[in-house]
Amino acid sequence: MEIVLLGLNHQTAPVAVRERVAFSAAQAEEALGRIAPSARVAEALLISTCNRVEFVCAADDPEGCCSAIKDFLAGEKQVAPKDLSPHLYTYTGDDAVRHLFRVAASLDSMILGEPQILGQVKQSYRLAVTARSSGVLISRLMHQAFAVAKKVRKETGIGDHAVSVSYAAVELAKKIFGELAGKKVLLIGAGEMAELAVEHLIANQASDVLVANRTFERAVDLAGAFSGTPVRFEEIPELLKTADIVISSTGAPGLIVTRSDVKAVMRPRRNRPLFFIDIAVPRDIDPEINRVENAYVYDVDDLSGVVEKNLDERRSEAVKAERIVDTAVVRFRDWRLSLDVVPTIVALRDKWEAMRRQEVEKSLARALKNLSEEERQAVDRLTEAIMNKALHDPVQFLKAEGHRAERRLENLGIARDMFRLDEEQS
Amino acid sequence: MNPGSLHLTPLDSLLYLLALSGYFTAWAGYTGYLILHRDIYHRLGHAFFIAALVFHSGLIVSRAAETGVFPLQDLRDAVCFAAWAAALVYVLFHARYKLLVVGALVGPVIFISMAVYPFIAIRTYDHPDILNSLWTIFHVLAIFLGNGAFVLAAAVGAAYLLQERAIKSKRHGFLYRRLPSLDVLDRMGYACVAFGFPLLTIGLAAGFVYAQRIWGHWWSWDPKEVWSAVTWFTYAALLHERVFVGWRGRKAAWLSIAGLALALATFVFGSLLFSGHHGQFTRF
Repeated sequence: MEIVLLGLNHQTAPVAVRERVAFSAAQAEEALGRIAPSARVAEALLISTCNRVEFVCAADDPEGCCSAIKDFLAGEKQVAPKDLSPHLYTYTGDDAVRHLFRVAASLDSMILGEPQILGQVKQSYRLAVTARSSGVLISRLMHQAFAVAKKVRKETGIGDHAVSVSYAAVELAKKIFGELAGKKVLLIGAGEMAELAVEHLIANQASDVLVANRTFERAVDLAGAFSGTPVRFEEIPELLKTADIVISSTGAPGLIVTRSDVKAVMRPRRNRPLFFIDIAVPRDIDPEINRVENAYVYDVDDLSGVVEKNLDERRSEAVKAERIVDTAVVRFRDWRLSLDVVPTIVALRDKWEAMRRQEVEKSLARALKNLSEEERQAVDRLTEAIMNKALHDPVQFLKAEGHRAERRLENLGIARDMFRLDEEQS
Repeated sequence: MNPGSLHLTPLDSLLYLLALSGYFTAWAGYTGYLILHRDIYHRLGHAFFIAALVFHSGLIVSRAAETGVFPLQDLRDAVCFAAWAAALVYVLFHARYKLLVVGALVGPVIFISMAVYPFIAIRTYDHPDILNSLWTIFHVLAIFLGNGAFVLAAAVGAAYLLQERAIKSKRHGFLYRRLPSLDVLDRMGYACVAFGFPLLTIGLAAGFVYAQRIWGHWWSWDPKEVWSAVTWFTYAALLHERVFVGWRGRKAAWLSIAGLALALATFVFGSLLFSGHHGQFTRF
């Protein structure tokens, strides 16, 4: 039985193709129920996000499995196989395992290290469990994928530092203010990036959002979205006395806030820091304000520079992450090879023999320390006989069930779990 | 006094070496944290730092027990005691503010002070009775602890200036990622000064009271008195501006560095270079 992975992602397929073959959660669950288990596909799982559609399967015949999935996808989404094939990639064995681990650890993401993908992969696994299309191999594979992703996040800096302009602004705010709780945000104008930044700030507990707009009605609308307060454009100079973070994104041709506006409010503010995020082009905030003490100005280029640098950092962290993935691939391979009748029986006997030895030695060293050599051998034989009798039935079961085609891996898996034969590995 | 007693006894040497190696390991741990950014280095370093402080305290107590007076007879003792006070204040403030990078700034200062300790020439002072007056002990203890807090304030102030520069210049390098927020640095600097200033005030007051009782006058234009007064007014100005005008950030950081420079100048000019009634404690 091999792991097979077939799919397409943002690197191999344009969005026009990706959107045609994407599955909703309900569709995925329903589809999985029809795919597996079947003659050619023993186990299956489907990851469908806006950047990828991937089938992870376990099958005895990888090629048969691939063509079955391809046919299924083409039929289900009514795409001609020849239109689909150029975008598809297939991996088997270690390569498939590695690809899945890389996806879960966000090494294959469009934005390297973005955190959503792990949740999406977990959701895919839940759907497969509900659809009863996953079995021993996929379960083990997925749990290991989650562990790899967690380890990568914990031990490398792949998720550190913002890689979007709006989030970079929030990180900067934290470097200035420490805690954002209770900080007052003034949004001037509107725009996707600016609004996203405000949302991030609210998520970080900034309270009190004030929204200023040339047209007051628009301010009222936007303020509603953030449960903030609409204010008039003319009030801005006055509001600078109390606001802590000002995000500006208007289409105005000239400056909205000038250096003298800020110099005038620093004394009433008692020099509390004031942070301007200028997302507008042409700029709204006088760059000279950055030279006023305790005032900080970042425009869109400054923020992009920060993002670019953070991305470089992530790329160098990704090298460490790849090493973690490689180790996990080897470990999964070891486990899969052990998932057979003979290795399982050997592991079971070894474990029991080790326990028996330990107990015999302990007793002979303490309670039974006065026994003669002959008696000692008798104890040894006695315990060995008990062990052999106790193991006889489980071993017979493994031999019989382990060679039956259906439910073979499942029974082996249950046996390994029941006797905890994989403890060192997990 | 028997000059032999000024050399370290075997117990003191042991305590000294334990403290010194503890501070060194702590410094290494703090630096390791700064470079590799793993908390474990800091935790280890800080454990060594606290152990070193315990041995350091033991050394001071043991010296006091041997000589029978407060162990502040010469420049060597003064350096040892100043390092102890700064280390104690650092441990206290760390427990409250948890600014992990500050260790990398304070660690070397303490270690170097302790490393030069045995190389400082010592000179016997003939009238150690003065060190047994409760007023003097109070005077010295309060001022040294106050100065310890000022050392910390200056270290935090330097960190603030580096971080502020990184944010203003938009070059986010090695230190930017490791230093905490401006707000935390600013508040900690303020807390250090607010902690040190009352101690300095109490210490100076105790000194004046002692001078009045022994010499019959409060103030004698001793160089150290003058420098101390300048230092006191500097910190008083810093606190006043902070509380009433809201001075913070760069200005406050620079002033806390200037304050430490003055406190050091008090020590150097007030005692080492000019004579006065403090001079005998610090003569070479």
